[in-house]
Amino acid sequence: MLSTALTDLWYGFGVALEPHNIMWCLIGVFVGNMVGVLPGMGPLATISILLPLTFGIKPVGAILMLSGVFYGAQYGGAICSILLNLPCHPPHAVTCLDGFPLTKQGRGGAALGITVISSFVGASWGITEMIFLAPVLVTVALEFGPAEICSLMLLGLLAGSTLARGSPLKGVAMTIVGLLLGIVGTDLETGTPRFTFGIPNLFDGVELVALALGLFGIAEFMKSVNQYSDINTKYSNVGFRDLRPSREEFRRSIPAMFRGTLIGSLCALIPGTGPTIASFISYATEKKISKTPDKFGTGMVEGVACPEASTHSSVQGDFIPTMSLGIPGDAVMALILGALMIQGIVPGPQLISEHPDIFWGLVASFWIGNIILVILNVPMIGLWVKLLMIPYKYLYPAALFFVAIGVYSTNNDMFQVGETVIIGLVGYLLLLLDFHPAPVLLGFVLGPRFEENFRRAMLISRGDALVFIKHPISAVFVALCMILIVGQIYVRIRKPKSGIADVAAAAAEREHHHGSTDQKAPVAAE
Amino acid sequence: MFENLLRKKDFYASMVMTLLGVGVILNSTTYNLGSLMHMGPGMFPFLLGIVLTFVGLLIFGTALTTPYDETERILPESMEWRGWGCILAGPVMFIIFGEFFGMMPAIFSCVFVSALGDRTSTLKSSAILALGVTICGAALFSYVLQLPFPLFKWGR
Repeated sequence: MLSTALTDLWYGFGVALEPHNIMWCLIGVFVGNMVGVLPGMGPLATISILLPLTFGIKPVGAILMLSGVFYGAQYGGAICSILLNLPCHPPHAVTCLDGFPLTKQGRGGAALGITVISSFVGASWGITEMIFLAPVLVTVALEFGPAEICSLMLLGLLAGSTLARGSPLKGVAMTIVGLLLGIVGTDLETGTPRFTFGIPNLFDGVELVALALGLFGIAEFMKSVNQYSDINTKYSNVGFRDLRPSREEFRRSIPAMFRGTLIGSLCALIPGTGPTIASFISYATEKKISKTPDKFGTGMVEGVACPEASTHSSVQGDFIPTMSLGIPGDAVMALILGALMIQGIVPGPQLISEHPDIFWGLVASFWIGNIILVILNVPMIGLWVKLLMIPYKYLYPAALFFVAIGVYSTNNDMFQVGETVIIGLVGYLLLLLDFHPAPVLLGFVLGPRFEENFRRAMLISRGDALVFIKHPISAVFVALCMILIVGQIYVRIRKPKSGIADVAAAAAEREHHHGSTDQKAPVAAE
Repeated sequence: MFENLLRKKDFYASMVMTLLGVGVILNSTTYNLGSLMHMGPGMFPFLLGIVLTFVGLLIFGTALTTPYDETERILPESMEWRGWGCILAGPVMFIIFGEFFGMMPAIFSCVFVSALGDRTSTLKSSAILALGVTICGAALFSYVLQLPFPLFKWGR
């Protein structure tokens, strides 16, 4: 097993090291790092903007670049939260808690240095996990029939919508809205146009790019406009020399780093618990086992190293179910899966054997991309810090232009730009009612395959709905779904006051205030 | 129990989802439902509509059972009518100008209008930003990416 994995990896490096693929990877991580640093731009919006531009290039290059944006943004997001106390990206909200106090004590550079090291450690472990775990999952998943695929998708959708942030019920509602949006268009089996309201432009369905850019572009800009008024950059003067942590800081952060990596890689295996949850859990754990828990929130390097390592190990691990089972865990993965489908590649367990260049090339490019990111972040830290100072008021109009032309260029159709505006407006109204848009994308991408497998499973079982619990593997997935639902009800009734809930609350507090004039020292987690 | 119900976010959230669910159920019955074995195009949306209605009613239940929080507000603290209007108008400008006058006017109008959404922006600063983005954007999309979208045109 080890030798086949190594041969495959060697082959992957061959693919990823082709000059044009290295170039796409470099562009991806560079753009990702940049948007990670810029307050108010997220990886989701960026990937959706870049998506139409990748139609012309080969699938391998496209996927390497889009994935690079995702993990590159994680490096950049840490800079933003440590130096500015702005949690632009949810996974880094907890990093603010100890990162910004360190910055105020003049140790911001050291915190960034620790971040880069722990990110690299976490990511390396996540990639290793992917190399060995994905092929194993595939051999199991290849045995699946429509009933198993269907209940596995149900589990993925349920986990993705209930374990993410916000109310689980609203998450489920948003997933169903996504599934319904996926239905819009011509029914593949009978040719009946559904939910098209007689508009011919909708016969091909709602455009993925229009949906993503409406929800994560326009709706997000409407939320953030006039919010980032006073960005405090007086602590942000960090140069290359400041990055070196002291020996003491380094010694303290190493065990934290490994604990974070472990937690992140475990979280990555549960669909729906992406990097954000991983970082919350790891911060709470680190605080619990620390000898001086009361010092957390005042600038502990452990509080930076552990969540950052777990974020990165879970970011890389997120690719495992996406690439090996075709089940995305969160909205970013759903977008990347959508990109694969647009390129004409069917996601699922057969992907690794049918397109080894994509899978192993992607794995190899993770290593290359992470090394590029370390190189980009260490000597060029000054450049990124300068980028922090670009005001939001110049940023969002330019981004809106990219949104408009990006949607237009998918089909050269102005109708879809209008579609984006309407989706954006509806998305913002839903945001006001505390509906988070991420599960919509999950449902939208999985919807058509879910329906297809559901119909097929029912046809094979001759209309017997019990088929999903008669097949043993499928029954396990259904049971897991049940456990998930019962667990959610239990948590809701008991209303725990655990450490994780506290951290989540403190981080949510940070996020709630982000960008406003609030630049005070962060409240301690308790 | 019912007092303050109209001030809760969850109340409106449940209304939206329940109505959407009922709408989907009604609409999906206009397609062929088929049987469980041979499902027609209407069956899957029909089932989804039922689940969505159910979830909407559950959200209504949480709206009833959770105590009213004084600090809860449905609308954001400051109403950014100018910002929201300009952000939505930007892409609409892009559609209109793109359809009739070509790519450069489309980019300029889109960036110019949406930049006006920021409270501190002026006509001049927005125009300068729009000009810069127009030049860079046209160079990128027209020359580098070869998007079939004429820089200037007149009429459809």
